[in-house]
Amino acid sequence: MQNIFIPIIYLFSAVFFILGLRQLSHPRTAPKGNTTAAIGMLLAIIATLLNNQILDFQTIFIGIVIGSAIGAVLAKRVEMTSMPQLVALFNGFGGGASLLVGAAEFYKDEPLVVFTLATVTISVLIGAVTFSGSLVAFSKLQGLLRGAPIKFRGQHSINGILAVSIILLAVYAVFDPTQASNAVLAIIVISLFLGILFVIPIGGADMPVVIALLNSFSGLAACATGFVIQNDALIISGSLVGASGIILTDSMCKGMNRTIWNVLFSGIGSDDGKSPLVVDPMKTVKS
Amino acid sequence: MNGQLLVEIYVFVLAVFVGFEVISKVPPTLHTPLMSGSNAISGITIVGALLATGSLPGTLSATLGLIAIILAMINVVGGFMVTGRMLRMFKK
Repeated sequence: MQNIFIPIIYLFSAVFFILGLRQLSHPRTAPKGNTTAAIGMLLAIIATLLNNQILDFQTIFIGIVIGSAIGAVLAKRVEMTSMPQLVALFNGFGGGASLLVGAAEFYKDEPLVVFTLATVTISVLIGAVTFSGSLVAFSKLQGLLRGAPIKFRGQHSINGILAVSIILLAVYAVFDPTQASNAVLAIIVISLFLGILFVIPIGGADMPVVIALLNSFSGLAACATGFVIQNDALIISGSLVGASGIILTDSMCKGMNRTIWNVLFSGIGSDDGKSPLVVDPMKTVKS
Repeated sequence: MNGQLLVEIYVFVLAVFVGFEVISKVPPTLHTPLMSGSNAISGITIVGALLATGSLPGTLSATLGLIAIILAMINVVGGFMVTGRMLRMFKK
């Protein structure tokens, strides 16, 4: 019998996330919003640890300590001007985590039902695109990669072919589960490439918009993972971030008098973002 | 289609609508902190990572889960801390 407190704590955690997002979007309440959302996360972690399926607390403890320490050091040490790329890096890690959880569920020694298989493919797809795309965004802002748009002929066609092949592989995996293992592996590899190709043609000043969009993706990745493991906390919080991330991306584009399609596909981001409407002290972009 | 899945789809659709409505008229100065804060929330995948790691000790899934815990905790702890720093900077 599942502990009845767990879903109730998850519900509280979701409410804290909603209130936190709301508070974060107003200047006066923003600092409080960050704390509210952090409490929501703490509640979700505590509720999960109460789950009686969890047998091995030692490994979990090690993982939590290592991850928290790295996160804290990065957040403390970073220069103010490097914060956007740090957000991109963190976002990539979140997407990577969703990818791994999807894969972990897939490699359990249990036969998967068709629905789970379908959600696994979606979860590893979005997770992998978020992971590699965010790392490219990080590298560009950090100056590890050329900040200007990197373009070549037939770029959109290649992305299109990759996307179609992912869909075909997903269909193949669902219809022939004996081959699913290879198909899922292929989907992960192609999705990682797709994430890279998706972000390299976008340049300097447009990077914050791309990071906002990738942030929305990482929410959707968490949501897809929630469907894989049938967990409401992941579904609610993931879709909250996914949906609010799209609104945020849209308002950032409007601030630059652009549309999201224009940012993603035209590649005029090579200009230095002279956008009179945006007064954003955080947007210190290297190009 | 089983009942639980149907409820999950309800929850998903309603949460998407809440997500669309919850942030409105965000001033441009708050764009980056809001993005950073909601990025930390997307670290909720830690829940899945904990379950994958803890429930099947000694398997490949648990190993993948452990890496996922580390990545997700970097996302969560780093995300909330860096958002806090950004917001403190605005106060000054």
